[in-house]
Amino acid sequence: MRLSNTQQLFSKTKKFKLTGDNIFKILAAVVAASALVILLIIGYTLAEGSVPVLREFGLSFFFGQQWNPIAGKEAFSILPYVLGTLATSGIALLIGVPLSLGIAIFLVEMAPRSLRLPISYLVELLAAVPSVIYGLWGLFVFRFWMLNYIETPVSTYLGWIPFFSSSLKGLNIFTAGAILAIMIIPTIASISKEVLSAVPNSIREGAYSIGATKWEVIQHWVLSYGRSGIFGAIILGLGRAVGETMAVTMLIGNAIGPAAMPTSLFSSSQTLASLIANGFMEAPRGSLASSAYIGAGLTLLFISLLINVGAHLVMTRVFKVKGGAVE
Amino acid sequence: MMNRYGFRKFKNRLFFIICALCVVVAVIPLVSILFEVVIRGAPQLSLNFLTAPAAKGGIGQAIQGTLILIGLTSIIGIPIGVLSGVYLSEFGNNRYAQSLRTINNILTQFPSIIVGITAYGIIVLALGAFSAIAGAIALAFILIPIVTRTTEESLKLVPNNLREASLALGAHNWRTTLSVVLPAAKNGLVTGVLLAVARIAGETAPLIMTILGSRYFFQGFNQPMAALPLEIWRDSLQPYPDLQAKAWGAALILILMVLIINVAVRLASRSRMKT
Repeated sequence: MRLSNTQQLFSKTKKFKLTGDNIFKILAAVVAASALVILLIIGYTLAEGSVPVLREFGLSFFFGQQWNPIAGKEAFSILPYVLGTLATSGIALLIGVPLSLGIAIFLVEMAPRSLRLPISYLVELLAAVPSVIYGLWGLFVFRFWMLNYIETPVSTYLGWIPFFSSSLKGLNIFTAGAILAIMIIPTIASISKEVLSAVPNSIREGAYSIGATKWEVIQHWVLSYGRSGIFGAIILGLGRAVGETMAVTMLIGNAIGPAAMPTSLFSSSQTLASLIANGFMEAPRGSLASSAYIGAGLTLLFISLLINVGAHLVMTRVFKVKGGAVE
Repeated sequence: MMNRYGFRKFKNRLFFIICALCVVVAVIPLVSILFEVVIRGAPQLSLNFLTAPAAKGGIGQAIQGTLILIGLTSIIGIPIGVLSGVYLSEFGNNRYAQSLRTINNILTQFPSIIVGITAYGIIVLALGAFSAIAGAIALAFILIPIVTRTTEESLKLVPNNLREASLALGAHNWRTTLSVVLPAAKNGLVTGVLLAVARIAGETAPLIMTILGSRYFFQGFNQPMAALPLEIWRDSLQPYPDLQAKAWGAALILILMVLIINVAVRLASRSRMKT
């Protein structure tokens, strides 16, 4: 019970007995450990599975560029896919963060009351669409928007700069990053919305009273008051972008080896997640290649853990400092 | 002076328009996805398409597979998730619960493909075959943290008065939890669980290396099985227009399942707030 004080009193005065209450509490405590168990299973399985490839290649598994599963000539390195993951997530944040903040600001500060609920529903529905359907839509619809309106014009005029060179297929880092941007909007927008709603009204009133316009209030007071919460929201969005698999797999062009190095905005590449989704099933059971894919999974696990623990630290601090205004 | 004020007002209006445009830009993909899925998927629908297996041009085995997966995952995941949530909410005032809560929050954000490899490592390799049960366990790993979290959140909304009243009547803690707190939180609980189920129904990545996909109807829990998301993924990458059309048809069914749950849950929870 949350009547913990009374409970502690009882547990101090009474000796422990195997009553129905204690059985229930212990049972629930044991079942609740499932979270820890799942985390340990995931960590152990991935660590154990990647031992062969790490023993074989050591650090060059992280810093080389080759990927060759042919027996006898095996070489596995994941640098291109780590960079591909960072590149797509970076593009997703560059596009997605301003849009999400605009939506959050519009919902909290600007929209007429009657529009707020419907708009939040629509944005939340974006999160409900399964990743594979984003991929399908991306492959047959969105890819051509990107190709016709952005990739072709940009590479026509700026193609002489290596960063903008393109093979004009629409399957590349930029398209994958753009679809990731759409997919992380609900995450960032809904958390930023909570953060902005938690900004006390007295801050806004004070700002208005010295003659600020609505936008100046938002820009100089509301956003700066909520900045660490917004930072947390962005990290959580990054976490989602890094681990997203299906839509990216279908749109990034699936290059392998040195070709997967993200040299141009419009080069095809591969993320850690898409590498696994594409190739894991083709690697024979128990082979070095299979272990290499698991090693890629372990790396993704560490990146994801790092991001999410970071986000957790930021968010708990934010909501503690602000007096639990958001819960 | 007047000019400066005019500029500030102009800037104010400009940013209003920019923020409104952000909303429009974000909604365009949603509208386009729904539009394309309906336009391209609807012509596929027929009784044969929905009930026949792959050999006869249908996606019946995929629909069946997804339903079986949802059922199996729910049976494994929901009781564990709800009981964990009960513990965190009702007895969660200690270090142990605090750290479990943190781990749980982190688990809800984990990349689902990692869970797929894990289920492959512990179940597919152990049983020696791709199987429905491996897929269900992978999805349960994703479902449990979400259900735990929503259960805890909805139980925390139950007023403490109810708990106190029940204890005052002489009920035990476990009795209070089961017959007072859980029924009081029923609506929120059902909403959270349904949304979690809708989320795992569309998961694809962990299924690739667990249930593998199949062209036949269900053949046993230890056999490979089909599922809608896998069907969409595999068919969409084929160079044949009829298979691509099939992917759109399957996408329509999947998105209907997911969106109907989402919209129904939201409408239900809104009408509850009004009454």
